[in-house]
Amino acid sequence: MVNFIIRRLLLAMLVMLTVLTISFALTRLSGDLAVSIAGPQATAEDVAIIRKAYGLDRPEIVQFFDWARSVASGDLGRSYLYHTPVADLIANRLPVTLTLGLVGLCIALATAIPLGILAAMREGSLVDRGIMLIAVIGQAMPSFWLGLLLIIWLGLKLQWLPISGVDEWDGYVLPGIVLAFSAIPALMRLTRSGMVDALASDYVRTARAKGLSRVSIVLKHALRNAAMPVVAVAAVQLGFMLGGSIVIEAVFSLHGVGYLGWESISKNDFPVVQAVVLFLAALFIVLTLFADLLNAVLDPRLRTG
Amino acid sequence: MKYRPRLRSFLAGLGAAIVLSTALVAVLAPLLVPHDPFAQDLGSRLVPPSWMVGGRPANLLGTDQLGRDYLSRLIYGARISMLIGVLTVVASGLIGITLGVLGGFFGGRIDDVVMFVITCRLSIPLILVALSVVSLVGSSLIVVVLTLGLLLWDRFAVVARATTMQVRTQDYVAAAWGAGCSRFSILVREVLPNIAHHLVVVATLEMALAILLEAALSFLGLGVPPPLPSWGLMIAEAKDYMFFSPWVIMVPGIALFVLVLGINLLGDGLRDLLGAARDA
Repeated sequence: MVNFIIRRLLLAMLVMLTVLTISFALTRLSGDLAVSIAGPQATAEDVAIIRKAYGLDRPEIVQFFDWARSVASGDLGRSYLYHTPVADLIANRLPVTLTLGLVGLCIALATAIPLGILAAMREGSLVDRGIMLIAVIGQAMPSFWLGLLLIIWLGLKLQWLPISGVDEWDGYVLPGIVLAFSAIPALMRLTRSGMVDALASDYVRTARAKGLSRVSIVLKHALRNAAMPVVAVAAVQLGFMLGGSIVIEAVFSLHGVGYLGWESISKNDFPVVQAVVLFLAALFIVLTLFADLLNAVLDPRLRTG
Repeated sequence: MKYRPRLRSFLAGLGAAIVLSTALVAVLAPLLVPHDPFAQDLGSRLVPPSWMVGGRPANLLGTDQLGRDYLSRLIYGARISMLIGVLTVVASGLIGITLGVLGGFFGGRIDDVVMFVITCRLSIPLILVALSVVSLVGSSLIVVVLTLGLLLWDRFAVVARATTMQVRTQDYVAAAWGAGCSRFSILVREVLPNIAHHLVVVATLEMALAILLEAALSFLGLGVPPPLPSWGLMIAEAKDYMFFSPWVIMVPGIALFVLVLGINLLGDGLRDLLGAARDA
């Protein structure tokens, strides 16, 4: 087990290093950073000044190692635009994205698990087919469009919920619903297939033979066994949701990390862009590490692999 | 799964019909459009669809904020979505299948490397990176296709790798080894044809995802550049008017939703038909 954890940690760090390199290379795609920062009206002198001020006149490889070293010591660089440390900017925006992600995950689990159980209990029936059809429809829904529709109907026509901003807790409800949509199909399918297997297993048959009630069999015996893989996948889904919340933050004007990334991209604030890419990747890596370790605890066969 | 076969084949047929008719519309777009999709008419902006109050027969689905015929733009938008979908699948399929088959076939160190590359790809925040690339390189149809192609190969690689591992141990592969076939010939003539049906299903999933992502990128202003009528871009441009005339976001949104739904239904149908494994 210890060996497995060490292997997994090493792998996570290697992935982190690769993402570090990619996020650095990404911002160099435009060719000359200094020209991009200076903007279209800048003179050659302006560009030269900027190149010097930001240390862009040094060889790329020096810049890279400089950046990698400062990241390792916890310094993500300074924003060209706000002139504040990027780490502070991310820290300020993080609560919004994290809350949104968690609200979305809760809504997704609260929808996906009951529906998945219901589909498994009525396997092969029209109820089952109907629920799986919902999953297909959910997958086809463009999230930004769904967001706009909810804004028009729930926010504006019915005035149930605020349509943008998060001054109150209920500002998270609409974006949370939209974000949940992306995770519901996968979680629902997993719950369903786990429950189908569990319900067909020997211990459920034993429980039935003992005369336990249907509710008790499903919730106590079957669900407990089907739930653990769902938890592991939920962690990975949360990672995807935090990375993908950028579209939803844009639709609902939530000033989270994704919004920061989008803003910085359109304003050529490269230190922020590369730091946000790195940060979101790090979140994902930590969450998948958690999911892997959870799986290893549950299934000893994986530890040797 | 023991679903009712009639419902199942009806949904698959519906999916196929949606995809085929969209493809047809995309190919025949210049013959089908009632107006020039780029021609502005500032005198008749935001005319509602013809069946609504204030609508007129000349513009069946109304006009947009610049007075361009909405139906014509919608038809040309089908071209962009289908083009993005197909080209992205080709690009990402090439990358993903190559990686997956190599990892699954050779195993060992090569497989470790392939798994590592897949893990790295999954860690990268997709939309953010795609936005940065398009913003830095400049937005155009081909840049969007290449960006999405370079990012969306992960599922191809995962499925190709897993299925190749299964096929590798089959008797006919052993027989080919025994007959003295080269590695390359075994890969191309024995392995690929026998995992192809799994890959076709992945292709539909990826096509749907690519179309949704293009729309999202265009919606955020860093996808297909205006005045091209991408459905995502149409929604973005119409967003400011949606409170007074909600149909401006309904028309392109429904088109997008129906096409992606059709591709997914077709994929599910193919999965049943070809007996491919369900992944994810």
